[in-house]
Amino acid sequence: MAEKILIKERLGDALGELSKFRLLAPTKSDEVVLFKQIDDPAEAYLDYLNSTVPPKRVVFPQTETLFKFRAGEPDLEEKDPSEGETVIWGLRPCDARAMAIVEKLFNWDYEDPYYLKRREETTLVGLACSSIPSVNCFCTSVGGHPFGTEGLDVLLTDLGDKYLVEVVSDKGAKVAEALSGLLADAAGADKEAAAKLSTEAEKGISRTIGTEGLQEKLLNLWENPLWKKVSAACLGCGVCTYLCPTCHCFDIQDEVEEDEGRRARMWDSCMFCEYTLHGSGHNPRPTRRERTRNRINHKYSYFPSKFGDIACVGCARCINLCPVNIDILDILQQVVEA
Amino acid sequence: MMKNPYIPYRVNIIDTWFETPGDRCIKTFKVTFADEKVWETWSHRPGQCAMVGMPGVGESMFCISSSPTEKEYLRFSIMRVGKVTQAMHTLEQGESFYIRGPYGNAFPVDDWKGKDIVTVGGGIGQAPLRPVIQYIRDNRGDFGDLKLIYGARTSADHCFKDEFAEINQKGDCACHLSVDVEEEDWPHYVGFVPALLMDVAPSPDNTIAVTCGPPVMIGFVLKNLMELGFAPTQIYTTLENRMKCAIGKCGRCNVGNLYVCKDGPVFRYDQIKDVAESTA
Repeated sequence: MAEKILIKERLGDALGELSKFRLLAPTKSDEVVLFKQIDDPAEAYLDYLNSTVPPKRVVFPQTETLFKFRAGEPDLEEKDPSEGETVIWGLRPCDARAMAIVEKLFNWDYEDPYYLKRREETTLVGLACSSIPSVNCFCTSVGGHPFGTEGLDVLLTDLGDKYLVEVVSDKGAKVAEALSGLLADAAGADKEAAAKLSTEAEKGISRTIGTEGLQEKLLNLWENPLWKKVSAACLGCGVCTYLCPTCHCFDIQDEVEEDEGRRARMWDSCMFCEYTLHGSGHNPRPTRRERTRNRINHKYSYFPSKFGDIACVGCARCINLCPVNIDILDILQQVVEA
Repeated sequence: MMKNPYIPYRVNIIDTWFETPGDRCIKTFKVTFADEKVWETWSHRPGQCAMVGMPGVGESMFCISSSPTEKEYLRFSIMRVGKVTQAMHTLEQGESFYIRGPYGNAFPVDDWKGKDIVTVGGGIGQAPLRPVIQYIRDNRGDFGDLKLIYGARTSADHCFKDEFAEINQKGDCACHLSVDVEEEDWPHYVGFVPALLMDVAPSPDNTIAVTCGPPVMIGFVLKNLMELGFAPTQIYTTLENRMKCAIGKCGRCNVGNLYVCKDGPVFRYDQIKDVAESTA
């Protein structure tokens, strides 16, 4: 499908058209930007660098029920994971790419019905990073791009008073069809303007890391003193993993209230000491040193060795939000130099 | 619709007994599926595991301690350690719990046909070895000599005591048993399992060694097997880690880039020898 144009004045109408879907867009409340279901197009806050909380929570909720049960009743009540046809409007290319990467794990051998159902019914309308990306962004070092379309169904580029609309999948075509009355054909100049912004955005990324050979090198640094050094300040708060768009680890817990209960899964973090604690009391990753080493190795060595992609999209949330300024690029730089 | 791997099957306890006494007692459950139709699709191999638990309490991963040659029931031998196992230990014959699986890889017993087999177990580590031994006993003609080496702290701490007696009586294989410390009327070896292994000194010729037990024991058994001339490709062991999903999603059970739940729990020694985290 050829590129289209959506005039910004008609953005409200466009979001209105999409209200037949479960429509989520970035919203701002105090200093926190996160994706929420919007009823009024005015709630959409598109003038943002990136959301505080990644949109992974739309397909992978922080807590979700797997099944319910009742005391004295042997049958378990399976939870239908469907949330209905969903559109996420205006997410960043790195966060869409993260979903494409994590989906490989949720498809690995055993299909995860909860994740995959919602991923299947969710259409991703991305918003290219056409303003200068945030100071810590490093998507281009890990296989991404500020205008990348991996995982996306539609890519929007902000051209000032209008958006260039690029459909990149069949799911995206369905959304474009719903908006067809609002879209005009793009002119050559619009495409040229977008291409120029794309080049500028790429140049605007100031932080980089060489990832070649990291997968093997990390395995050879198992006992290197750098792990102690880079984890010394860590509080074990887990924000680096909770707010990471590729972190997918979860816990499973049962909750009972009176004679009803549910088995639920919830985000977990490899930075917590209970994460690997055995019933016997033994813990194979007893300190933050081992846990930090595992977090970095998982993202840059283990996951790539299994699924081909680095499990990091360079969104820099872990850098921007760490309360003690632990910087994954600094850690990787030490690995490169070790 | 695809089968939801998180939904467990209900099983009924047809028999249960204590293997060992004490704080960390071991109880064996013999179970059958509440819905008999599950048997039509269920198939497991020696060494595979299942998530075992109770709604409202939780679930944990355990090896299936029965061999697929034992039809119409599954066995689990469970040590009382934490929340789930304490709840499991309150269950009696006629009651139910839930399982899902089978998970993980298995001991490649069919590749071992024609070979001599030696199993080296310690404590509850005999549970994953039991299906291997039973499988060989039920296909006795397909395998060579079978040696069973097993020890625990005291004779009371031995799992599957009655079975060892029966095996000895039938002459299916040689049972070499040990206790860690001297006790009255103990007719067998006194000492740790790795020392018993050196005492038995099995030949590595055309032999497969399988070892499960506490990590410290496994470490010394591996060392001693190498000393006896076994190559890493002749040695199999199992790893364990905390697990939640058992299907390679929840993240925590990895040793290096291997997920114990899916890539294991059975590993040939050469596969994990150089994985630093496998001894953590």
